[in-house]
Amino acid sequence: MATHTLRAKRRRSALRTVAFLSPWLIGFGVFFAYPLVSTVYFSFMKYDGFGTPVFRGPGNWAYVFQDYPLFWPALRNTLWLVLVMVTCRVVFGLGVGLLITKIKTGTGVFRTLFYLPYLAPPVAATLAFVFLLNPGTGPVNSLLDGFGLPTPGWFTDPAWSKPALTALALWGVGDLMVIFMAALLDVPREQYEAAELDGASAWQRFRYVTLPNISPIVMFAVVTGVIQTMQYYTQPLVAGKVASGIIGGSGQQFEPGYPDKSTLTLPQLVYNLGFQRFDYGAACVVALVLFALSMAFTALLMRRRGGLIGAAD
Amino acid sequence: MSQVLDHPVHADVSAARPGGSGSERAARRRAVLEWIAVHSLGVAAALFFTLPFVFVVLTSLMSDQQALTRDLVPDTWEWGNYRQVLDTPGFLTWWRNTLLYAGLGTVLTVVSSVPVAYALAKFRFRGRNLALMLVISMMMLPPQVVVIPMYLFWAKQLDLSGSLWPLIVPMAFGDAFSIFLLRQFLTTIPNEYLDAARVDGCGELRTLLRVVLPMAKPGIAAVALFQFFYAWNDYFGPQIYASENPAAWTLSYGLESFKGAHHTDWNLTMAATVLVMAPVILVFFFAQKAFVEGVTLTGVKG
Repeated sequence: MATHTLRAKRRRSALRTVAFLSPWLIGFGVFFAYPLVSTVYFSFMKYDGFGTPVFRGPGNWAYVFQDYPLFWPALRNTLWLVLVMVTCRVVFGLGVGLLITKIKTGTGVFRTLFYLPYLAPPVAATLAFVFLLNPGTGPVNSLLDGFGLPTPGWFTDPAWSKPALTALALWGVGDLMVIFMAALLDVPREQYEAAELDGASAWQRFRYVTLPNISPIVMFAVVTGVIQTMQYYTQPLVAGKVASGIIGGSGQQFEPGYPDKSTLTLPQLVYNLGFQRFDYGAACVVALVLFALSMAFTALLMRRRGGLIGAAD
Repeated sequence: MSQVLDHPVHADVSAARPGGSGSERAARRRAVLEWIAVHSLGVAAALFFTLPFVFVVLTSLMSDQQALTRDLVPDTWEWGNYRQVLDTPGFLTWWRNTLLYAGLGTVLTVVSSVPVAYALAKFRFRGRNLALMLVISMMMLPPQVVVIPMYLFWAKQLDLSGSLWPLIVPMAFGDAFSIFLLRQFLTTIPNEYLDAARVDGCGELRTLLRVVLPMAKPGIAAVALFQFFYAWNDYFGPQIYASENPAAWTLSYGLESFKGAHHTDWNLTMAATVLVMAPVILVFFFAQKAFVEGVTLTGVKG
C-alpha cells in the first residue's frame, strides 16, 4: 500500500515536471533537434528548394572548402574579429567599467550615457556609423582633416572596414561595462586596504588585487565575445550593403562582403548560399561549421562544475 | 556604491604616517588631482558615446543640400524631414509590424518561459543538468545554423513566408535566453517561501502564480525588455521570412531599404534612424533598473 502511493506520487511528480517543461520540450524538438538533424541531412544533398533533394555525398563539403570563393575570406575575417574586436571590446569595457566605479560626481548620468549606445538597434547604429565615417563628408573625417590627420576610407576601404566595425562595437560596449562594474564592486575592499598599507602602487593594486578577483568575469566576457562573433551578421552585412551604395530590400544582389570581401562573416555565407544562390546543401555545410565553432566555445563556458555560468551547480 | 573602489586616502591612514598635516595636505591634493583626471576621462568617454547621437540628430534636421556638405550644424532647422519620413509609404506599416512582432512575441515568450525556468530552478528531477546545458546550447546557437530547414518548414510546408508568423509562433515554445535568465533569477528565491506555500496546500501551479511570480517581477521585467528589444532589433529573421512582402517588413528591415531608396538623402536617412532608435531609448529610460539588473544577471554565477 505504502509503496503503491509512493509510486503514484513519484509518477505525479514526474508528470508535473514534464507539464512545466512542455513548452520548451516541444520547442527543443521542433526548433532545435529536428532542424539540426535536417541540416546534417541536407549537407549531403543537392537541393535548390524545388523538386526532390538528390544525394551528393561529400560534394557540398568539397565545394565549400575548395571552390566556394567566399569561405576562407569569411573565416579569416572571423579570426581577425575574434583577435582584434573581442580583445578591444573586453579591454575597453573593463576600462570604462573601472572609470565608472571611480567617478564620484554625476555617476548615474555618466553610466546612462555610456550605456545608451548598446541599446541602439544594430541597423540604425550601423547606418549612423556609415554616415559618421563616410569618407567624403562624414563628421569624423571632417574633424580628422581639420587636425591635419589622414582621412581613411573606413567602410569603403578593405583595410579600414573591420577597424570601422570595431569602432561601432566599441561604441556599444555598455553590456560589458555593466558586467565589469558589478564584478569590480564585488572585490572585497579589505584587499585594497591591505595592498595600500603594503605600499602597492595603483598598477600593482590592479594587477594583484583587481585582476585575480575579476578574472572569471574577464573569461566570461572573452568567451561570450567569441560566441557573439560567430553570430556577427547584421552590422557587417548592413555596413557592406549601405557603403556599396546599392539599393537594399528584397532579392537585390550586391557584392557580398563589400569592400573586397572584407566584411564577410560566416552567417552571411549561409544567407548567400541558401537564399541568393539557392544551394541549400552548401549552405548547410557552412551552418554546420558555424555550429561546431559555437558549440566548442559554449562547451568552454560550461566546462567546469559550477563553472562560468553555473550550468552544473 | 561608487565609493567602494576609491583610493582609501583616509585621514587615519595618512595621519598614522610621520609628518602629520603636511602629508595630509599632499594626500588631499592627490585626491583632487585624481578627481580631475577621472572626471576629465569621464567627459572624454561621454563625448565618444554621445557625439554619434548628436551628429545623427543634427544631420537629420539639415536641408537636402546641406546634408551633402561637411557642415556639422544645420543652417535652417528642417523639422519637416521627420514629417516626410513618416509620410513615406510603408513606414507606419513597419511600425505596426514591429510592434506586433515585439509585443506579441514578448508576451508569448514570458508566458511560455516562466514555467520552464521555474522547473529548472526549483524541481529536482533526473536530467535537470542536461536540460539546462541544452538550454544554454540553444541560447548560444547562431540562428543561421538551423535556418535552411526552418525556412523550408515555414515556407514550403506551412506556406507562411512573407509574414512574421514564423518568427512569432516559436516564441510560444520558450526562448532559451529568457529561460536561462529567469532560471538564474528564480534560483535566488529561497526555498522556504515555496515550502511554506506547499504546506498551506498550494499545488505547484498555485505556488508559482501566487508566491513565485510576485517575487520574480524584476526578473520577468528584464526578460520582457530583452525580448522586446531583440524583436525590435532583429534583422535576420525579417530578412529571411518577410523580405518578399514589404507589407510584412519591420522597422529594422525597412530602415535599410529606406537608405537604399534615398541613397543621397543623408538627412532623411538619419531622421528615419532617429525614429527607429528613439522608442528603444524611451523604453530604456522608463525601465533602466530592470534592464541593468538583467544584464548583470547574465554575467553572474547561478
